[in-house]
Amino acid sequence: MAKVKMTVNGRQVGSDCEDRTLLVHFLRDNLALTGTHVGCDTTQCGACVVHMDGRSVKSCTILAAQAAGSTITTIEGLAANGELHPVQAAFKANHGLQCGFCTPGMVMTAVDMIRRHGANLDEATVRAELDGNICRCTGYHNIVKSILAAAAEMAGAQQAAE
Amino acid sequence: MYATNYHRASSVQDAVKLKSGADEGKYLSGGMTLIATMKQRLASPSDLVDLRHIPDLKGISVNGKSVRIGAATTHFDVASSADLKAVCPAICDLAHHIGDPHVRHMGTIGGSVANNDPAADYPSALLALDAIVVTNAREIKAADFFTGLFETALEDGEMIVAITFDAPAKAAYAKFRNPASRYAMTGVFVARRDNGDVRVAVTGAGADGVFRHSGMEAALAANWSPDALAAITVDPSDLMADIHASSEYRANLVKVMAKRAVAAAS
Repeated sequence: MAKVKMTVNGRQVGSDCEDRTLLVHFLRDNLALTGTHVGCDTTQCGACVVHMDGRSVKSCTILAAQAAGSTITTIEGLAANGELHPVQAAFKANHGLQCGFCTPGMVMTAVDMIRRHGANLDEATVRAELDGNICRCTGYHNIVKSILAAAAEMAGAQQAAE
Repeated sequence: MYATNYHRASSVQDAVKLKSGADEGKYLSGGMTLIATMKQRLASPSDLVDLRHIPDLKGISVNGKSVRIGAATTHFDVASSADLKAVCPAICDLAHHIGDPHVRHMGTIGGSVANNDPAADYPSALLALDAIVVTNAREIKAADFFTGLFETALEDGEMIVAITFDAPAKAAYAKFRNPASRYAMTGVFVARRDNGDVRVAVTGAGADGVFRHSGMEAALAANWSPDALAAITVDPSDLMADIHASSEYRANLVKVMAKRAVAAAS
């Protein structure tokens, strides 16, 4: 048992856990942030995707101890002041989900890919970038639509701000 | 996962010391193989020595044609390095097709090379690029480094510090990907030097891991063109067979991927 400290969704947190504790279990069990899901538990499905120091990672394949000292963003950290993040809003508007289990990972993945590609995102790139995220309901079509809509919306908002 | 003790190393010396003090310690880099293996209880190291925070192990430097990639450099950073892309785009392309975006954000070149998975991508690049594996103790040529399935020339406690190579005139990697695991069912890395020397290295197919194909190398040295490989036959007897592909199927893939790589080489 060791005290693991990190910054999660802008808040300094610390909690005791075993060295073998996975980051996803630390988030869910120690911090009660249950938005991050465990899907396959074998690094395939991407339901557990969070951002560590600004990059998307699979939290089921990282020890909490490895993440100590880092800055983590989970799905709970996206909405600000009660307003959905543009990616969350786009998933809602375009019905980018059915059962919703994969959605937290899909949204975190989408935010990361929009950060890297910005307005240059096209459908082929979105589909390639979704390689590490599995959805068993939607056939991905509306997820891709949601991400493209969010990318366009965010690029527009950025232009308006400049 | 069985219980383990986590240590974070601050320097190469610190890492070596931490591991030597452990009962059955293992170096941990991105963990994209090791943590997954521990979760399946196929590995149970008493101690993990995390190398991800050692500054000396990070970063890419390109000096003319001479390339040095720190062992703890992630696949994402290799894939997106403009300096590297300018001299050897083939290795950036290879890194871009490892795993998925999230795996590429964590997994490292040193981790992949040290693990020497017979279906991993990097071993073929290192062999074809005549790369050097720099460890804390010595420099090992890629040809001497990969010694068998998950086996390398690394001694107990020895760790990879960097990978170095001279960029070739032309190179490319072509991979037939297992769509579920994203590993290479067969991957071929071709590289051609200014002096006409050609290397063809194959991963994902060999029963003993990564290997060079001398017949293809001779044919391509004489005529650098996909057509030069038309008459080559690949012997299936030394190739892997599993539920995904027979040895004969892999033998055909080796030829098809080699042709694609030559066609794509820049």
